[in-house]
Amino acid sequence: MKRLKGFFAGLLTVLALAAGLFAWIMLPWYAVLGLVVLIALWLLLTRSGKLAMAATSIGIAGLPQRWGASLVIVVGIAGVVGVLVAMLAMGEGFKATLDSTGGDDTAIILRAGSQAETNSVIGRDQVPLIGALAGLAKGADGKPVSSPELSQVVNLPSMADGTDANVQLRGVGAAGWALRPELKIVEGRKFGDGLREIVVGRGAQKQFRGLALGKQLKLANQMWTVVGVFESGDSHESELWADVDVLGPAYQRSSFQSVTVKLDGKEGFKRLKAALAADPRLKLDIETTQDYYAKQSAGLTKLINILGKVIGSIMAIGAVFGALNSMYAAVAGRAREIATMRALGFRGVPVVTAVMLETMLLALLGGLLGAGIAWLVFNGYTVSTLGQNFSQVVFQFRVSPELLWTGLKWALGIGLVGGLFPALRAARMPVADALRAA
Amino acid sequence: MKYLHLIWAALFRSKTRTSLTLLSVIAAFLLFGMLDSVRVAFNSGGEVAGANRMITSSRLSITQMLPYSLTEQIRATPGIKKAAFAAWFGGIYQDPKNFFANFSVSPNYLDLYPEFKLPAAQKKAWLDDRTGAIVGASLAKRHGWKVGDTIPLQATIFPTKGSNDWRFTLRGIYTVDDPKQKAQENVLFFHWKYFDEANDYVKGRVGWFIVAPDSGGSADRAANAIDKLSANSDHETKTQSEAAFNQAFAKQFADIGLIVTGIMAAVFFTLLLLTGNTMAQAVRERIPELAVLKTIGFSNRSVLWLVLAESVLLVVLGGMIGLGIASLLVPAVSAASGGMIQLPGMLAQTWLVGLLLMVVIGVIVGLLPAVRGMRLNIVDALAGR
Repeated sequence: MKRLKGFFAGLLTVLALAAGLFAWIMLPWYAVLGLVVLIALWLLLTRSGKLAMAATSIGIAGLPQRWGASLVIVVGIAGVVGVLVAMLAMGEGFKATLDSTGGDDTAIILRAGSQAETNSVIGRDQVPLIGALAGLAKGADGKPVSSPELSQVVNLPSMADGTDANVQLRGVGAAGWALRPELKIVEGRKFGDGLREIVVGRGAQKQFRGLALGKQLKLANQMWTVVGVFESGDSHESELWADVDVLGPAYQRSSFQSVTVKLDGKEGFKRLKAALAADPRLKLDIETTQDYYAKQSAGLTKLINILGKVIGSIMAIGAVFGALNSMYAAVAGRAREIATMRALGFRGVPVVTAVMLETMLLALLGGLLGAGIAWLVFNGYTVSTLGQNFSQVVFQFRVSPELLWTGLKWALGIGLVGGLFPALRAARMPVADALRAA
Repeated sequence: MKYLHLIWAALFRSKTRTSLTLLSVIAAFLLFGMLDSVRVAFNSGGEVAGANRMITSSRLSITQMLPYSLTEQIRATPGIKKAAFAAWFGGIYQDPKNFFANFSVSPNYLDLYPEFKLPAAQKKAWLDDRTGAIVGASLAKRHGWKVGDTIPLQATIFPTKGSNDWRFTLRGIYTVDDPKQKAQENVLFFHWKYFDEANDYVKGRVGWFIVAPDSGGSADRAANAIDKLSANSDHETKTQSEAAFNQAFAKQFADIGLIVTGIMAAVFFTLLLLTGNTMAQAVRERIPELAVLKTIGFSNRSVLWLVLAESVLLVVLGGMIGLGIASLLVPAVSAASGGMIQLPGMLAQTWLVGLLLMVVIGVIVGLLPAVRGMRLNIVDALAGR
């Protein structure tokens, strides 16, 4: 009967813990802040709180003596948080790069069903038809702002080990620059009209060899000169740009692949879409550039997120057992001390709180350490992967404050689980037995 | 061996501590098993035993197509036994989420891929049907296709007569036996001739060539000879071994090997600390017992071995359970993803590397406590000094 009761009590604790953890992960930061303030007030103002404080300070004072076991908790949790934050920062960085590309005031037009520029074909005869549609913004010269473009994948050796990587060489029309005002030339100049010159994105320059200013590059059996470097802070930085009217003939392309246009005000997109649908000569799809690029990050970001959390969870389980182990050992090692405290009149709540707070403190240290290392090593770390257009997208890991916060939450969650059971054991220890033992 | 029960008893002296440590070790090796099979799945493309294939693709970019006329030239190159070709089609079945590769290929394509097993009757039926297609068993299972079914694909690159609708008749289902290569069962092949005639854009162009050099001849020389065919033309080629080609391609996604190594380094470093702490505790608690062992005649060396064996046993036990769970979970992940993710299952090499790691970790964490046990002075230890 007693065992059954014990079993149910244990089961109840586990269930409450699971629910608590779930609520904890969902908790927004202000609620956490409130919780911290509440606990602090309780510790400082009430009698049982003050007792808990006293008990905690005794435990913490003994920490240096148990540095080996304490280190296990700190390093174990730091490992979990570091890996989790680094993985999530990768997904976040990729998403941020693609999400910041494009805007809702420009739209990209592709052949119906083609999904990405690489697959699309737009005939030369279709370009003037698109230019005449409603919903397009007009430039200073009264012509619609539209840039027919080519996106050619070229092989360039990667900076890391010289293996071939797919890089996007974009041919843009005259309006290409005006359509992307965020693009700034930071070194050299723009390519000249009708010349075999290219400008390269800062990201591409860092990831692939042979793109220094003034270097010559062999593309499509012709020599091209790098005359400028641009920065844009988005996925265009992974690209090389050239004049579409030079690029097309070089690759024997008689047609274009996409047309990017500036939209006329808020209603522009709707009007343009309707006009496009109404013209039977134009079997084309249209999207705002914002939607087009945002869509490209969805799949990979989700995959990285899931992977990061699965790996993080398995590691967290390992770390929980490590923490449990260390805290059980700590409680067992201090059995006499705790029993003495309880004989002196410290009741269950202060004892439980003391062990929990001690674990949480170690967990917090571990979380800070892991998140700090992830931030130091990986924030701004540049990598590239194959994007939707069959070409490399260069992006940087982004260790945002939200991610650091997520990492800390995980750390404290692990500490909570790892501390609770040892704390309960400490509080339930029969005082007389513990005093007599050892 | 005769001390096994002694080591076992020592190991489970403190049940809580040992089982908690075991669980941590299990978690670490579970992760190792799963990540390593992901790494293998990603990096082992094309390393088929005995298949000495080379890929000839455009030097400019993989998306650049090559003229069909190269086929006969390549076949006539000295040192070349066989050559087939293929072209990327990029069709979508119902929804982009159902992604699988689909290629148009030359009739002799399967001759170069003997690991794709297709029944002779089905092969003949496929070759006889202009719009016929064959798919791998995994893919057929995923979509419930049977031989004779019509498979509609939405073209993303190549329309046919102004429409994106292509239809193929399923004529055969092939299998791949090697568990490492199971991902190759997620492909649909159809005839290049049909593709060439029916698509609106490109005529007489293929994506890449698959070349088998003469056995015994120099593969490098053959590769150079092929690349010389098109030197200084607008369709220069690059010929490399299939493994190199696939690896370069896999690397473009991410350096999975590096990521896995990074994660596992963090995990094992933590594990070292954790089990090291456990072993140190275990030995500290048992000092009087070890002294008794020495008193009744155990040599210093056997005490060292006892403690070392205990720590290795702890890690190997946990590690084996962890890898065991991983070997059950990995196929489950493949199954749950509906064939999207094809993990090869746990390979012998993963087990081997895992076992090696277990022993190494066990020895490292056991060494310090073991030396401490070995150096123990009986009198001091018994007196509790």
